Amino acid sequence: MRRRKIDVAALPGAAATQVDDRLTLATPLRKAFNKVFPDHWSFLLGEIALYSFIVLLLTGTFLAFFFDPSMQDVQYNGSFTPLRGVQMSQAYSSSLHLSFDVRGGLFLRQMHHWAALLFMAAIIVHMLRVFFTGAFRKPRELNWIVGILLFWMGFLEGFCGYSLPDDALSGTGLRIASAIVLSIPLVGSWVATSLFGGEFPGDVILDRLYITHVLLVPGAILALITVHLALLVKQMHTQWPGPGRTNRNVIGVRMFPGFAVKTTGFFMMVFATIALLAGVFQINPIWLFGPYRPAVVSAASQPDWYVMFLDGSTRLMPAWEIRFHLAGHAYMIPAVFWPTVVLPGLLTVLPLLYPFLEARFTKDRQHHHLLQRPRDVPLRTGLGAMAVTFYLVLFVSGGNDVIADKFNISLNAMTWAGRIGLLILPPLAYYLAYRISLGLQQHDREVLAHGIETGIIKRAPDGRFYEVHQPLGPVDEHGHSALEYQGWSVPKKMNRVGALVPAIRGFFFPVERAPERELPEAPISPAPDRQEISSH
Amino acid sequence: MTPGDEAGRRRGFVARLRTRRSVPRGRLQRRVFAGARLVLALALVGGLYAGLTPHASAEDTPTLSGAAAEGKALYDRSCISCHGENAQGVPGRGPSLLGLGSAAVEFQVTTGRMPLTMQGAQAERKPPVFTDDQARMLGAYIQALGGGPQLPPGNDLHSQGDIAQGGDLFRVNCAACHAFGTGGGALSSGKSAPSLGEATDRQMYAAMLTGPQNMPVFGDNQLSPQEKEDIIAYVQNLKSDQDPGGFGLGKLGPVPEALVIFLVGIVFLVVVSLWIAGKS
Repeated sequence: MRRRKIDVAALPGAAATQVDDRLTLATPLRKAFNKVFPDHWSFLLGEIALYSFIVLLLTGTFLAFFFDPSMQDVQYNGSFTPLRGVQMSQAYSSSLHLSFDVRGGLFLRQMHHWAALLFMAAIIVHMLRVFFTGAFRKPRELNWIVGILLFWMGFLEGFCGYSLPDDALSGTGLRIASAIVLSIPLVGSWVATSLFGGEFPGDVILDRLYITHVLLVPGAILALITVHLALLVKQMHTQWPGPGRTNRNVIGVRMFPGFAVKTTGFFMMVFATIALLAGVFQINPIWLFGPYRPAVVSAASQPDWYVMFLDGSTRLMPAWEIRFHLAGHAYMIPAVFWPTVVLPGLLTVLPLLYPFLEARFTKDRQHHHLLQRPRDVPLRTGLGAMAVTFYLVLFVSGGNDVIADKFNISLNAMTWAGRIGLLILPPLAYYLAYRISLGLQQHDREVLAHGIETGIIKRAPDGRFYEVHQPLGPVDEHGHSALEYQGWSVPKKMNRVGALVPAIRGFFFPVERAPERELPEAPISPAPDRQEISSH
Repeated sequence: MTPGDEAGRRRGFVARLRTRRSVPRGRLQRRVFAGARLVLALALVGGLYAGLTPHASAEDTPTLSGAAAEGKALYDRSCISCHGENAQGVPGRGPSLLGLGSAAVEFQVTTGRMPLTMQGAQAERKPPVFTDDQARMLGAYIQALGGGPQLPPGNDLHSQGDIAQGGDLFRVNCAACHAFGTGGGALSSGKSAPSLGEATDRQMYAAMLTGPQNMPVFGDNQLSPQEKEDIIAYVQNLKSDQDPGGFGLGKLGPVPEALVIFLVGIVFLVVVSLWIAGKS
């Protein structure tokens, strides 16, 4: 009997056929594999957030094996000497155990924390890209809204995680959170006692934060990410204007293999960056803060960076209390209510509405799949610069005690600089961004009309000097080109239009060979033959 | 006695003084009388002065010990212009040091805060002008002048301390200003709680005992000597402890972490995305 020959090369194909016979995956997969993604570095910023979230899920699962959110009082007997014998909650004790007595525990806890910071930072950077390029415009308003909800979900998730270790820093943050909730008029005290199961801190808050942190909010984030990506696939990715790119097509690389390889590589890089941060930089040394006690508040107690702007707004807010009587009862609205409840409320609602507001004011009801350069929409760029400046002033003020101490500035001066800066700098930023946008626009038009400055200065017979311009298109009798601005970058240097030999491609080392070609003559007129001047 | 009587009596006395003698005195007699009055007046004034001013032998001449005497020599050279003769202070320049004790002197001098470079929100730590021995001599002199708190002997004030207990005390009493990682923190109007990075055992002990500048005094009834040594033990342990998680970022909390995530994390990944997107 002849032994049957197995053709190894045909095995994957055969297996795929077997699968497809049963599941009929080929057609939808072909469609998915052929999906085209436009290529630009700024489109990868959102992916940083996505991949940080995956790292968060992985490391968080590991931490959950060892962390115990119980508020039961125990005595620490682990290997960190300076806390041995100290009374603390089981949650803090297990965090210390996780950090010092679990192999790789501290590294993974640091990875988790850095990944959380990176997640939020990438969301912000991605959001700035979407805003300044007008990617939120119709039909993508819904995805913009989902993105903002993702930010606030990440904010909540981060705060819950920050509160879990039950060291003095998390307890201080939680105490502030309880004060913020208490400051809400009418319902504040009811909400606070419901959250904490009575007076702060109570003995249930960590359990509640824990289940919120590991199940509810991550579930919500996962669902929102799914919607975010599904909408992206459904509505196509936006692209920059450019040769061949219109509002009706997408030019880029296919999902498979091009994009898949790139994005996998990018995931590896994000993972590696987080691991590098975790290995090199110590983050949140909970063992230094000690167990939470209401009397313990350390200097330099700050929230993580994405909450710091609220800390800043609280520091800048003057101590204005509003007292009034209503229906025979005395009420007081504390100062903390405005910077920590009203301000974030505004900061949620305004961005949510922004796409609709802009459409209303510009009367623009079209679908847009091509992005805008920030310079081409000075008003939006100005508003964005204003918002960023407002945020930055609050953010810096959130760390103003550390900045004041390390740079030998008076803390009072920092606070007043923040108060004045919060009012003055955003309009200034608006004005500057607006003017710079107009200037850049004008320069683009100028280059299109007059050509690129070559750097070659000529002297006319009448003694006049002028610079030679390289026109970008056919010129009329005045030397002007009638080129339309296409919404994409205009070459402004001679080597962008081929004056120099094209650079060899390759980031770290050349990935191609230089083509053999004749170098053109340098565009310099030959010098006249010199004659010796003699004085006869 | 009625006012009228008193007036009459006075008039009588003045009138008697003013009454001319019926027989004028002779020239020699007048001179003798004038001389006698002068001698009497001088004797009266001199006697009063001698009686009312302290006697020369009651003046306090402290017999300074050897160290204090050397301290006085240093004091008279370097400190006297602001703190005045006998450490009584000079208004507008420097306070009186009487009753401060050697602990305060040792703290201020060994941390380089004194001599002061200029008046400001507060004195900053700087390289000391005097050696530790000289600082102790200065301390001995001030101690001899007015007494006050003193440091226990020896340079090692931490090895008898309980680190865990000290940590608890540090977090409750010290961390609010000096921060959890002993890096220091800002106070109002340009003042600050300094970093404990360079502080020695004796300096920390002296600071607790005397409360220099904006620091409260932690006297022995607030923190017992043993508790002070516990705190010093915790701080010195913290300083000798290597950060287990990598570079500690100055142990300043989430502010430097925020810088790192943007300046390292985001910048690095943006470069990576430029690289990846550029390879199409």
